[in-house]
Amino acid sequence: MMRHRLALVLLALSVAFSPSCRGGRSQTDMTLAGSTSIQPFADKWAEVFMEKRPGLGVNVQGGGSSAGIQACKSGVCQIGMSSRELKGDEKDLTEIVVARDGLAVIVHPSNPVRGVKLAEVKQIFSGDLTNWKPLGGADRQITVVTREEGSGTRGAFQELVMGKTRIFRGAITEDSNGTVREIIAHDPHAIGFISLGLVNEQVRALELDGAGANEANIRNGRYKLVRPFLFVSRGEPTGLAKEFVDFVLSEEGQTLIKKEGLLPVK
Amino acid sequence: MDTTSKGRGKNKLERNDRLVRLALLVVAFSAVSILLVITVFIVGQGTPIMFKYGLKSFLAGANWYPSEQLFGLWPMIVGSLFVTAGALVIGIPFGLACAIVLTEFSSKRVRRFIKPVIELLAGIPSVVYGFMGVIILVPFIRETFGGPGLSVLAVSIILGVMILPTIISISVDSLQAVPPSYREGSIALGATRWQTVKMVLFPAARSGIIASIILGMGRAIGETMATIMVAGNAAEIPRSLLAPVRTLTSNIALEMSYATGEHREALFATGVVLFVIIMVLNTIANATSAKRRKQP
Repeated sequence: MMRHRLALVLLALSVAFSPSCRGGRSQTDMTLAGSTSIQPFADKWAEVFMEKRPGLGVNVQGGGSSAGIQACKSGVCQIGMSSRELKGDEKDLTEIVVARDGLAVIVHPSNPVRGVKLAEVKQIFSGDLTNWKPLGGADRQITVVTREEGSGTRGAFQELVMGKTRIFRGAITEDSNGTVREIIAHDPHAIGFISLGLVNEQVRALELDGAGANEANIRNGRYKLVRPFLFVSRGEPTGLAKEFVDFVLSEEGQTLIKKEGLLPVK
Repeated sequence: MDTTSKGRGKNKLERNDRLVRLALLVVAFSAVSILLVITVFIVGQGTPIMFKYGLKSFLAGANWYPSEQLFGLWPMIVGSLFVTAGALVIGIPFGLACAIVLTEFSSKRVRRFIKPVIELLAGIPSVVYGFMGVIILVPFIRETFGGPGLSVLAVSIILGVMILPTIISISVDSLQAVPPSYREGSIALGATRWQTVKMVLFPAARSGIIASIILGMGRAIGETMATIMVAGNAAEIPRSLLAPVRTLTSNIALEMSYATGEHREALFATGVVLFVIIMVLNTIANATSAKRRKQP
């Protein structure tokens, strides 16, 4: 008797807490997972896509580029999102460029330095160049701010600027674009890198090799710090995944992200 | 008839009693089992990678570059010890001075007002301390002393303030626990109040004061949120008080969001190291407070 009642209670609890009964959209027809840099844009796409196709559930999850790629490889999600290029054994996945994002090297607005060479950025972040003076700034030590290991933004910066050279150990490390921007906005001698779409009036993006960080220069290839935002899948996407990718690449899908500060593919 | 019904009633009571005892036992041991589960999980996840790359390269390696399979925790171990020492340098003098004033040199009315205020300090969430640090302390350090401002000094000051309530309230309790006859005897022998504090009360309350310091130390070494906000988190042994520093706790919190595979395991290994350090501190604290109880 007692045991029966206990079993009933347990059953009731498990039903009450099971995700399917918590209301909201219960159905998931497709899952995207990966880069937290792409996530907000993917959310936007999914939202508009679901308005067009009522009754369908598209679920967008974060977790980071590497986790997303792994999840896609193992079939946990249909589409993985990556804000860095595929490497090594990840290359057997099919990749689709869905947007591009510029990386801006930013300084305090009061900094007299307007532009630097890419090679100098590399020297600054490797710890070889530690003073603003040779760059035309004040005789002050450079405060170098970087992102933490594992971040897609750091991965892209490492690949595009540093190559095989390490970012030096003494660099201040923060765990989001927002914090990096906040620190640089308050420190006149700091330098760091964030997504181009997130540059605001609190900070100033440096010209690199004479090219200002703007869309025109990215388009004509003079500004070099551009990373692709990728969707990856096992083989060519089919069914719902294909429909979603087609929507993302359509005029409408691309206009959506342009409004949010990203660069369209074409 | 009468006796059997009474017997049955007693049986039922006994059974209820047993049930209650069992239920309480289960609840009581759930706390212990949670500790067990956490320990087993952290050790299980964290130790394999330590042995894979060798304990020495893990604990004494100077380079933390997980993307290149370099997992040197040495800068973070040193960083944690530095900021803890810094917190104590600031927390101990202020804390003990405050405790002495409260027990020996202030009226009951003042004490009744100040002690709850100090205990309120303990209730402020650490993110608020961190925020104050970023907004007020870091710019102040940057403008007066130079450097990035996010530094060992900033963390030490913030943590020093955060451990004050722990040090003060336990020290006050142990100073008040000194029998009044000690104090009276000392005064009767012609000692001044300060001499009494220095030569009689302090030695008598010593083990309680040490325990308060060790508990404060535990709080400082385990603090994450405030530390991550003002430390700058550079994975390098700081060369000065004005250089940024990364602690073991901030290493975990900073990188856990994107860590996968070995990187994730290395963060668990960071947890193991932290766990061992805190266990040692707790054991010392327990030993000293046990000694205190044995003393007359």
